[in-house]
Amino acid sequence: MTAASQPLVQLQRPTHATDQSRRMSTRTISCTIDGTPISVREGTTIFDACRQMGTEIPTLCFLDTLHPVNVCRVCVVELEGARVLVPSCSRAVEEGMVVHTNSPRVQHSRKLVLEMLASSVDLSTTPNVAEWIAEYDAKPERFGPPAPPAPAGTRDASIAGHHAPPNPDFAATVAEPTKIDNDLYVRDYAKCILCYKCVEACGPDHQNTFAIAVAGRGFDAHISTEFAVPLPESACVYCGNCIAVCPTGALMAKTEFDKRAAGNWDESRMTATDTICPYCGVGCTLRLHVDEGEIVKATSPLENAITQGNLCIKGRFGWRFVQNTAAPAGSDVGNGRH
Amino acid sequence: MFLWGSNARDAHPIWFHHLLKGIQNGARLHVVDPRRTSSAEWADVWLGLNVGSDIALSNAMAREIIHAGLHDETFIARGTTGFEAFRDSVEPYTLELAAAATGIPADVIRDSAHQYAKADRAMICWTLGITEHHNAVDNVVSLINLALLTGHVGRYGCGCNPLRGQNNVQGGGDMGALPNKLPGFQDVDNPEHRTKFERVWKRDILPEIGLNLTEMMYAMEHKELTALYVIGENPAQSDADATHVAHLLDQLDHLVVQEIFLTKTAQLAHVVFPATATWAEGEGTVTNSERRVQRVRKAVEPPGEARDELWIMSELAKRMGRGWGHPSAEDVWDELRSLSPDHAGMSYARLDALGGLQWPCRDETDPGTLFLHARLWDEDPAKRGRLAPFSVVQHEGPVEQPSDEYPLTLTTGRRLESYNTGVQTGGYLSPLHRGESLDLSPEDAARLGIEQGDMVQVTSRRGTVQAPAHIDRGLRAGVVFMTLHFPDAIATNLLTINATDPRSGTAEFKACAVRVEPIRVAHSVGARRAEPFAAAGDD
Repeated sequence: MTAASQPLVQLQRPTHATDQSRRMSTRTISCTIDGTPISVREGTTIFDACRQMGTEIPTLCFLDTLHPVNVCRVCVVELEGARVLVPSCSRAVEEGMVVHTNSPRVQHSRKLVLEMLASSVDLSTTPNVAEWIAEYDAKPERFGPPAPPAPAGTRDASIAGHHAPPNPDFAATVAEPTKIDNDLYVRDYAKCILCYKCVEACGPDHQNTFAIAVAGRGFDAHISTEFAVPLPESACVYCGNCIAVCPTGALMAKTEFDKRAAGNWDESRMTATDTICPYCGVGCTLRLHVDEGEIVKATSPLENAITQGNLCIKGRFGWRFVQNTAAPAGSDVGNGRH
Repeated sequence: MFLWGSNARDAHPIWFHHLLKGIQNGARLHVVDPRRTSSAEWADVWLGLNVGSDIALSNAMAREIIHAGLHDETFIARGTTGFEAFRDSVEPYTLELAAAATGIPADVIRDSAHQYAKADRAMICWTLGITEHHNAVDNVVSLINLALLTGHVGRYGCGCNPLRGQNNVQGGGDMGALPNKLPGFQDVDNPEHRTKFERVWKRDILPEIGLNLTEMMYAMEHKELTALYVIGENPAQSDADATHVAHLLDQLDHLVVQEIFLTKTAQLAHVVFPATATWAEGEGTVTNSERRVQRVRKAVEPPGEARDELWIMSELAKRMGRGWGHPSAEDVWDELRSLSPDHAGMSYARLDALGGLQWPCRDETDPGTLFLHARLWDEDPAKRGRLAPFSVVQHEGPVEQPSDEYPLTLTTGRRLESYNTGVQTGGYLSPLHRGESLDLSPEDAARLGIEQGDMVQVTSRRGTVQAPAHIDRGLRAGVVFMTLHFPDAIATNLLTINATDPRSGTAEFKACAVRVEPIRVAHSVGARRAEPFAAAGDD
């Protein structure tokens, strides 16, 4: 099949098999991006082609280790001859394409997307977004002051079609109280932009536990466990691979959440050291984030071939024994280091 | 893919991610396990065999493959020895015999054998379900027989892989922490190998092969071994027949324990060396299941008086009159590279730059080795080296068979969120911790009048423990399951049998005969994971 005869809209998510054949393609495709001609391997996305040229396209929902879902719309670019802007994260480069990554249309679209996101979601712990808001001159405050948070549980209980009339005095928000129902991680859905990354990491892209999904429609849409049960009653296995991909800090290890709440989270004074997980024989790289001599978080690099950024519950949370001077309260085993 | 005696979904979760990608790409998964585990839930075929009947299954598969003409005659002729004797030995293992011994329907065994043999690429991976038996080595070689028979070895995507249970169990063996080996797979009883090390170490090496763990226990019992130096192990809780082991440790003339916690073993010691948790507090290397050597690095300072393990050993050597100085981890590694040809190319600089290397890696231009034994396929006989021998092994079954007095088979294993005796995983609060339980089938529970959460008494010929019952639909009638994660609360190893494989020294943790009786005082543990987080970790 030639590139030109490929369907313009990819109806099915790409399988790993097609990823494989893409990787192996040796055909070269030429296009023009922002006036510069570039040749890339067949199957390369516009996003990756830009990256090869040194042009960083802003995105929130794209990650190299996940299938693109095209939902945040921040990465859209203009394609000459196309009716609508296209998401660069998933659109493959085609022969002769002429792409504009920062045209007035693109800038206008990003401005609007950022205004709608920032007016309805708490982006205070989303990296880069403040700079983008400035760059695109977005004014989220023009929709009015943010509406007060929904009482706990009400967004979980929303039924499609049953909407209260909007209050024009306030900007609608997804704000609701933080869900803290276990010792390992918290879910602050006031910060959720519905990028699907956690659903993909928990589901078919990595963990295949399927503990969470998007529930509800329209503005009521939210990430939920089955029947909105608390995490300890859900299928969750606490691998924390959802935390690893969350771009906004909506999902956060409890250690980080608590330190942030205490005003004591300062990444500039932290060190990160790569070592190997002390548990099973798979040999996952653990990146230990250390603050004032104490491990505060464990992650794994996305580019690591063994983990692709994933860990299990033991790797992500099981490091605490190193610095326990006493057994944790409520623990039925273990003791402290003296 | 055959996952044989392995619950990798829980025990090797990130490796299982890679397997899931294979399944999404169309790979077929066969899981051989007495329990219908979370791994088996992903299988195309679950072969739920009776505990310890693995060789009846593998030999019957081999016979079926041979009778159907699906064996790889080219590879057998080129790369193996002993085929005729092996063929004759499996001839009695008909599908019907295997079905009776394993409890797996004959047609399922036949189909699995055919699928394994016909696959372009097939792999057998196993874990402790194969090795924690009194005939562990027989179990392992019986799986290797299948790979040799079908030529599923020495090629990309094929082979036999033990999934290692600890982050450096592979490296420990590679570094010579075995009674018959010097570092780099060189032999204690080979004078040439010894001489090489003696020249560098400036010290004679005893030519006698040492004792494995179980032989040490025997030697302690017979007062032939009176002093023990234990580094980072908790045998008082991890070994089978725990009462007996604690007694043996207690009567030693001198017990030194080097540990990060005051474990039950350390509490018995005359001297405790407080050590570092080297993976986060020191420097060195570990080797994973795919022979990949990777660096561990110091992220935090050790607490209090804990000392680097190399420092402890160097100081100990000094007190014994040997001046080693204080070599760094890299100094020690470079000496190892000078003595082990398979590690020679793995400088710290390369390990850092490449994210680890797989041995053999013979010089600093060697990219390492993705898979082993390709030489067996070489057309030139001179390049094949030592051929791979078929092994003749017979089905025996566990040492303790169910009896009227002990009618159930207890098998042990791991759960996702915990690890071994809980020394490390006891240190964090997890909503998945639900304490120890006796897991049993709905059929046995109904027969014994036991309901979810009832306290039960579990009795073997060696001891008794009490535990809450957990009804597990993944278990078949006749099999009950426990872990060793919570030995302070429920010491499962009071029950297990110290029947040991004479070659590997591994005890039969996977099978002992027990009796389960309800205790008539209701004790609720609640449904699985139903407790809110405030009570997490409580029993």
